[in-house]
Amino acid sequence: MTDTSEEHQPEVAAPAEPPTMYGARRADVYGQIVLHVTREQYVPVIKQLLDDGHEMCIDLTAVDYLAFPTRTLPDGIVAERFEIIVNLLSMGARRRVRLRVQVPGDDPVVPTLFDLYPGTEAFEREVYDMFGITFTDHPDLTRILMPEDWEGYPLRKDYEVGEIPVQFTSPNPGHADRMEPRP
Amino acid sequence: MSKPNGPGEKSFVQGLLDDGMGGLQHNAITARIEDLVNWARARSSWPANFGLACCAIEMMATGGAHYDLARFGMEVFRASPRQADIMIVAGRVSQKMAPVLRQVYDQMMEPKWVISMGVCASSGGMFNNYAIVQGVDQVVPVDVYAPGCPPTPETLIHAIETLHGLIENGQLLKRRAQTGAGADVHVEAVPAGDAPVQVLLGTR
Amino acid sequence: MTAIVDTIRGGSDAPQGLKARSELTARELMREVGSVLRMSEADVAKLGEIPVDPSEDQTMIINMGPQHPSTHGVLRLMLELQGETVLRCKPIIGYLHTGMEKTGETLTYMQGGTNVTRIDYVSPLNNELVFSLAVEKLLGIEDDIPERAVWMRMLLSELNRMSSHLLFLATNGMDLGAVSMMIYGWREREEVLRFFQKVTGLRMNHNFIRPGGVAADLPAGWRDDILRLLDLIAPRLDEYDTLMTGQPIWRERLQGVGVVTAQEAIALGATGPILRGAGVPWDLRRDQPYLRYSELDFDVIVGSYGDAFDRYAIRLNEVRESMKLVGQILDRMPGGIYRIQDK
Ligand code: SF4
Repeated sequence: MTDTSEEHQPEVAAPAEPPTMYGARRADVYGQIVLHVTREQYVPVIKQLLDDGHEMCIDLTAVDYLAFPTRTLPDGIVAERFEIIVNLLSMGARRRVRLRVQVPGDDPVVPTLFDLYPGTEAFEREVYDMFGITFTDHPDLTRILMPEDWEGYPLRKDYEVGEIPVQFTSPNPGHADRMEPRP
Repeated sequence: MSKPNGPGEKSFVQGLLDDGMGGLQHNAITARIEDLVNWARARSSWPANFGLACCAIEMMATGGAHYDLARFGMEVFRASPRQADIMIVAGRVSQKMAPVLRQVYDQMMEPKWVISMGVCASSGGMFNNYAIVQGVDQVVPVDVYAPGCPPTPETLIHAIETLHGLIENGQLLKRRAQTGAGADVHVEAVPAGDAPVQVLLGTR
Repeated sequence: MTAIVDTIRGGSDAPQGLKARSELTARELMREVGSVLRMSEADVAKLGEIPVDPSEDQTMIINMGPQHPSTHGVLRLMLELQGETVLRCKPIIGYLHTGMEKTGETLTYMQGGTNVTRIDYVSPLNNELVFSLAVEKLLGIEDDIPERAVWMRMLLSELNRMSSHLLFLATNGMDLGAVSMMIYGWREREEVLRFFQKVTGLRMNHNFIRPGGVAADLPAGWRDDILRLLDLIAPRLDEYDTLMTGQPIWRERLQGVGVVTAQEAIALGATGPILRGAGVPWDLRRDQPYLRYSELDFDVIVGSYGDAFDRYAIRLNEVRESMKLVGQILDRMPGGIYRIQDK
């Protein structure tokens, strides 16, 4: 799960009519199609994409934009704390589509994609584990990477890296607790 | 038992001992039984395979044809901890893996030894974060640390040979019985060489 | 130390494990019997009803791994078995979760390579390549990469594909009991690693392909080394064919095992040899070419049954394709600088 936060995406110059695709706000970034969908549009738009031949869900992940609420987004899209990012691939059209969903930090809930793409099951568990975003109707929403009794969601920006200061003991022979190989 | 027939000539047994079992100082009669046991232990210590990440790949490569761990009686990587003597912790130990690691260690029969292979196992390495145990010595007592990321097969062999030396000299187990701690020996990294492989033998 | 051990022991991942059938919903059960696509929910519900927690002598739940010879350390499977038939399976992962994403947050673009190269440690150069391509795109310098760097990247990633597939062949053989295959596989991989060591200075985790190009130029005599490598490996792949491909035990153990249909592979988002094994001709090098792959001539190997044997055969033949590519790259390697000098 790559963290693509802090990416400043130069948007194309806004045309008079904002471009849309399946009723969702479309932006072309670095030659890739990006759709900004609301949580209500999320499943219907993906359903349409699936029916249109985007048969593979390559990735589903999330980003915590806690420290970057001023990022560039198309007009009319309100920045929220989390974003769910879905990467779809159409092998027939050789095209990739990326969806970005704004998810508020105080209500991190989105519907599952399990019924459309069974492969997202593990991705969603991972997002739940790392970001604490809940997926409604997911068949088995448990932690996947961390132990079940882990506290906190490690990839949230307000979660500490967990560095502990390096405390090397002396590698010198004087080190009291060492044993030398027999000479 | 036959005696040497004269100066400069060796008996069958003596010859066997000299050439076939190079490290043995005494012959089978005069050896202390403890030395004999330690000698045997050092030369047939089987590793438990506990491969975790990149280091595990190097560990397997060490078992392959080119480096041929079989020369040191180590080629039999045992899947069952009950049959293993040395645990080579090869790679990064995550918080989720740590209890498993400890359990496998507890299941191993005494006497047992631990080699911590790679900087991740020794200190967390470059992954100083929430997920990785910062040094496997917090979980099990470590006898030899092999440095490197990943340690070259040469370094691993060097670590193994060092451990063999320690096993043979016997103080290791006494110390574990007293303090519960491992030997805590740090070996030097050995750069990977072109063929033929250079092997630094541990000090005996 | 004991205190730490006790705290660690307190941890439990039991809720991530396999539950009794009666505690499952139909969807959960459907997932575990691997029939997400094959059965309707109603069918699976029926399946869940019939042997509601069958008595112990009929099935047993076995915990396989994480310490198990064929899981290579970090995969745990909970299996419900009836005799030798696996009825349900639930993989439990996370034993190698390294927190690389979190560490990556604190690194610069140039430091990022050290991190990503350790993600998939059997193909470190390919990881670095992906990372570098992404960074270059973000910085808008993807067209400024010197030609020599581009071709060196292709050369190294093809060689890395070879070493990675050889590792697969070796461990696959080992897991099936063909231990001599393991020795053979490592032997050939060692040759490739030897070349990597000459070029990058390390056997693994090179951090050699970096944003802006590569870290250093190819060493003197690299061409001869590669020619030697190609000469050496080609007959040894034929040796693998003798040793395994045509061998009855090998076929018996792989053919018809672990079948993934094309539909399943796509729905589950599988890529690489698994997808191609199921008969879907999808290879990024051909279908969405990056670097200069569009200028090279190679075949995409596709399987037809989607079973374990196809996946094995694909990898074996992809090594051959990679060798073909390496040969072409060798002929066309341009001169010049190997990384951007002025950015
Ligand atoms: S020490 Fe290096 S090579 Fe070994 S597991 Fe850690 S990152 Fe991988």
